[in-house]
Amino acid sequence: MFSLIASILIDGIAYGLVLFMVSVGLTVTLGLMRFVNLAHGTFAMIGGYAAATAITALGLPYGLALICAALAAGAIAYGLEIALIRRLYHRPELDQVLLTIGLVFMGIALSGMMFGNSLVPVRLPEFLRGATDLGFRQVPTQRFVPLVLGLATLIGIWLLFERTRFGIRLRATVDNPRAAGELGINTRHIYAAAFAIGAALAGLGGVAGAELLPVEPYYPLKYLVLFLAVVAVGGPGNMLGSFVAALLLGTVETAGKYLAPDFATIALYALMLLVLSWRPEGLFRRTSKT
Amino acid sequence: MTNLHRSIGAAAVIPLAAVALALIFPNQQAFLAQIAITALVVLSLDLVVGFAGLATLGHAAMYGAGAYGAALYALHVWAEPLTGLIVGGLAGATIAFLSALMLMRSHGLTFLMMTVAITQILYEIVNKSRAVTGGDDGLYGIVMKPLLGVFEFDFYGRLAFWYAAVVLWLVFLLLRHIVASPFGLTVRAVRDDGDRVATLGGNIFGHRVALYTLSGAIAGLAGALSAQTVQVVGLHSLSVTFSADILVMLVMGGAGRLWGGLLGALVFMMIHHYAAEIDPVRWMLFVGAILVAIVLFLPKGLFGGLEALVNRLRGRAPA
Repeated sequence: MFSLIASILIDGIAYGLVLFMVSVGLTVTLGLMRFVNLAHGTFAMIGGYAAATAITALGLPYGLALICAALAAGAIAYGLEIALIRRLYHRPELDQVLLTIGLVFMGIALSGMMFGNSLVPVRLPEFLRGATDLGFRQVPTQRFVPLVLGLATLIGIWLLFERTRFGIRLRATVDNPRAAGELGINTRHIYAAAFAIGAALAGLGGVAGAELLPVEPYYPLKYLVLFLAVVAVGGPGNMLGSFVAALLLGTVETAGKYLAPDFATIALYALMLLVLSWRPEGLFRRTSKT
Repeated sequence: MTNLHRSIGAAAVIPLAAVALALIFPNQQAFLAQIAITALVVLSLDLVVGFAGLATLGHAAMYGAGAYGAALYALHVWAEPLTGLIVGGLAGATIAFLSALMLMRSHGLTFLMMTVAITQILYEIVNKSRAVTGGDDGLYGIVMKPLLGVFEFDFYGRLAFWYAAVVLWLVFLLLRHIVASPFGLTVRAVRDDGDRVATLGGNIFGHRVALYTLSGAIAGLAGALSAQTVQVVGLHSLSVTFSADILVMLVMGGAGRLWGGLLGALVFMMIHHYAAEIDPVRWMLFVGAILVAIVLFLPKGLFGGLEALVNRLRGRAPA
């Protein structure tokens, strides 16, 4: 019994942290920038492909591959923000939904053409292969990657938001774009940078979670609902909320898979439906400080 | 041209188009029936997306409910088509009404996510209830009795096409009437400024639930038509993918206009029929690029674009 609960918690938390890393950027775009981005999973997929290519084709070590993943996802996102996304900040939600679905379809097609339609493994370094003995069960060592990176992401984001000049400017821009602009903050630049940072984190999450959410062309569509669910349940714009929601949803789905494999998916969606009909703004509504 | 002439002219478009299509593609009537059925479900989607302004990725729930409802009815109760059609419509309306009670207080992303969740739950339930629904094999072996006791369903889909086209036509006429009615106007007012409608004493929740139920009934009719004419019902009819497909069609044609939905379904199905056989991957690239281009350059869809073009040719200012 104890080992079952512990297993569920370990796997659920690892899974939840992957969800958190991918979704945290989405909660910023959705909640703070008010842009409905259904293409966010694409950035995680780009990260996965970039890391796999860096390791297999270029022979880079795992750590550098992680950086490549973040850079590739961030750079592509930055380009997209300038070319397309920023034109839609003031358009209706439906337009944003449609444009980003279009981007998802294009991403699927392009990655299928470039990398083939099968799963692409991210090759692990020696010290992450094999299993670690926790006394009551063996855990694949790579499952600690999301644990470490996920917590680092949480701390990094908190520092970025609360302790840096960029964080102050971002919060100011979100709270009142006009006033922020009049005070000399380049709000367009802030939005683009925030979008790119969110995508870079998703790219990291794509690599860290490659074991749990394998990298393939349909990745952005397959897990789209999962990422959006984290944001919706956590309350758009609330990063700590996303963190809790990611752990909650991750653990519930993992528990479902252990206890009643046939009903894991139903349990996940039922939970989401319950939370959203009970609190349409998510579990943790972001209260504006104004 | 008087208003009466104009509405008689508009009412004749669907029958004329149906005759023209049947003459141009005499050997593809089963495919034409598919187009008519798809146009019907896109029309129902337009009520929610275009007229109520709610983006949904869960419209397949009602279409699938209609399809499975009509298929089960035909297999186990009575294989008569018209009562089966009613069963499908009722199934769609029931699912829509029940989900509307949960959905219609939310909007935006929350609404979108809840429609997805409802569809996925339904999908999983149908998938797991193998004994009743056939699971991922679907339901097959549906053989319908003759329509009105006279017309036999034929192998080439001739009757299927006319059957679907007539249902589409009748629903279209009904919707034209409803959209212009006080009810239709209130729904559009809620979309444009819900707070103001509430201040004026309008019942936002009630109007939305009624509209969603109506839309579900029509989607259910489309599902039933599909079950009866294709004679197979599969899980795809309940999938989010299908919901996304019909949303693309609607936007391509132009949301918020009944003609837009019809045009979108026709154009999308035609291109898909000929292009997807060549290369499914490039097809996705194409659909994606079309979506992006329409949002950026043609926000009112093909129909809106055509209308603007006609107005310009006539030397009128755009409406």
